[in-house]
Amino acid sequence: MNLSDLLNQGVTALSAALGRREVSAVEIATAYLDRIEQAQPELNAFITVDREHTLRDALTADSMRAASPTQSLAGIPIAQKDVFCAKGWRTTAGSHMLENFIAPYDSAVVQQLNKQGFVTLGRANMDEFAMGSSNENSYFGPVKNPWDLGRVPGGSSGGSAAAVAAGLAPAATGTDTGGSIRQPAAWCGISGIKPTYGRVSRFGMIAYASSLDQAGMFARSAQDLAILMDVISGHDPRDATSVDRKDSPCAKELDKDIRGLRVGIPKQWFGEGLSAGVKVVVESAIQELVMMGCECVEIDLPMSEQAIPAYYVIAPAEASSNLSRFDGVRFGHRAAQYKDLAELYERSRGEGFGPEVKRRILMGSYVLSHGYYDAYYLQAQRVRRLIANDFERAFTLCDVIAGPVAPTTAFPLGSFGADPVQMYLADLYTIPVNLAGLPALSIPAGFDAGMPVGLQLIGPWWQEARLLQTAHAFQTTTDWHTKRPALYSGLKP
Amino acid sequence: MRFTEEDVRRVARLSRLALEPKEIEGFQQDLSQILNLAQKLQAIDTTNVEPLAHPGSSSVFLRPDVVTETDQREAFQAVAPEVDRGLYLVPRVVE
Repeated sequence: MNLSDLLNQGVTALSAALGRREVSAVEIATAYLDRIEQAQPELNAFITVDREHTLRDALTADSMRAASPTQSLAGIPIAQKDVFCAKGWRTTAGSHMLENFIAPYDSAVVQQLNKQGFVTLGRANMDEFAMGSSNENSYFGPVKNPWDLGRVPGGSSGGSAAAVAAGLAPAATGTDTGGSIRQPAAWCGISGIKPTYGRVSRFGMIAYASSLDQAGMFARSAQDLAILMDVISGHDPRDATSVDRKDSPCAKELDKDIRGLRVGIPKQWFGEGLSAGVKVVVESAIQELVMMGCECVEIDLPMSEQAIPAYYVIAPAEASSNLSRFDGVRFGHRAAQYKDLAELYERSRGEGFGPEVKRRILMGSYVLSHGYYDAYYLQAQRVRRLIANDFERAFTLCDVIAGPVAPTTAFPLGSFGADPVQMYLADLYTIPVNLAGLPALSIPAGFDAGMPVGLQLIGPWWQEARLLQTAHAFQTTTDWHTKRPALYSGLKP
Repeated sequence: MRFTEEDVRRVARLSRLALEPKEIEGFQQDLSQILNLAQKLQAIDTTNVEPLAHPGSSSVFLRPDVVTETDQREAFQAVAPEVDRGLYLVPRVVE
């Protein structure tokens, strides 16, 4: 296989080629860095690229391999969402507030990947503080969709998804608070997984809404996702919500038979609101699962339509609290002019945060303030329990849930410029999953007018292995996940 | 409910956020819209439903209360806007 073909394959193929010593980590990293350089001016998928740093890591990976042949992942390159602190790397969270912040320590996810010898290719662009569904809220400019440069890649992990889709990286990290991995994965035609809340440590991940935030992965196949999940999963005492339990490994059980699997179809998710084009693709993907021996059952998620209102109370409330740490004193932007301490805080924050972040902080302060806390915040948490109960009931009837990821394909840049709240409504199929803390993934399922459509699979708590088995079986009989955007098929090498 | 200019100024004060006068009108409109969205929750009967704060809240992990971190003051202060002899500098608070 020549180098160009190899770069378009995924983690599994790269690991095999490295193992056979056909190619070195330095050669692979150099080739991807060249691709990133070619694509960056129009795609803007990265905020920071540091060739020297990357090549130094690649050299280390080559020596790791030489010293210990069991290090089967050493030398695999990865793009890091710019929300994971990585020692020595500028870590901006897509914000002016952290434009000059060099992380003094590694997040748990970065640490786990580094331990295996993964090589960081660069820091992927994102919506500011992971707030957004289009990547248009980045201080460093929007990312473009590799399938159509006039469209958004989705968000908030838009840079990660676009980089993998365009062949600039075989894998990327992401975070998913309300759909920020699954929706960009769907819109860029790649595979992405959001694990069970508590499975992957949040230590060192810049917080947006702590009871919803979960780290996950993007890759070119479910098989690669399974390998990556096994690297980043596990208990971490530095995150109080990290759960201490024996994870069932994902990669080992990938080939398990899925015949007889009961696939739940939420009746509320295929009616009004779902575009006709996406509906056709998702329904035929479900048909494919049936042909593979799965059994469909209709399920009822009556509370899921309350997920968006509940989310836009809970997430801003948590954000207003989390983002109070940006005070212009210990790290981050400090205003040039102030007359006292209060003004130092207010101006540093007023200048450092963009409009969407301010909007959510203001909303959060409102719902937490005296007189509104019970009516909004506690009521939203009660509704949250009802939403989780819906899923719990559904999983007595089915093993996985299948449905759309988003109601449409990627929309044109600037579609919601004047009306940010309209954009919130498009997250109706992803947000319920975060509120309940369930694992879910998105895999390529076909196209609508040339743009990729994703199939969402949702599992019971801690059943990532089952989700990945289902996704892998689907990818064994279909080839949607191998399709690449024509615009980026000519990258050299 | 509609956010007045004073409502926005009040939550901006609570949030320690300086807003430009031209930002306030936009936030009045946006926050009113978000609140309308949130108001849908009021119609739901949640009698006897316990609030769910965390999806994994039944098993919050506590670590032993022992020192595990080493002193990294210099590394952490290297990213601070203004420090002097190990102290973070802010404007005078007590006259």
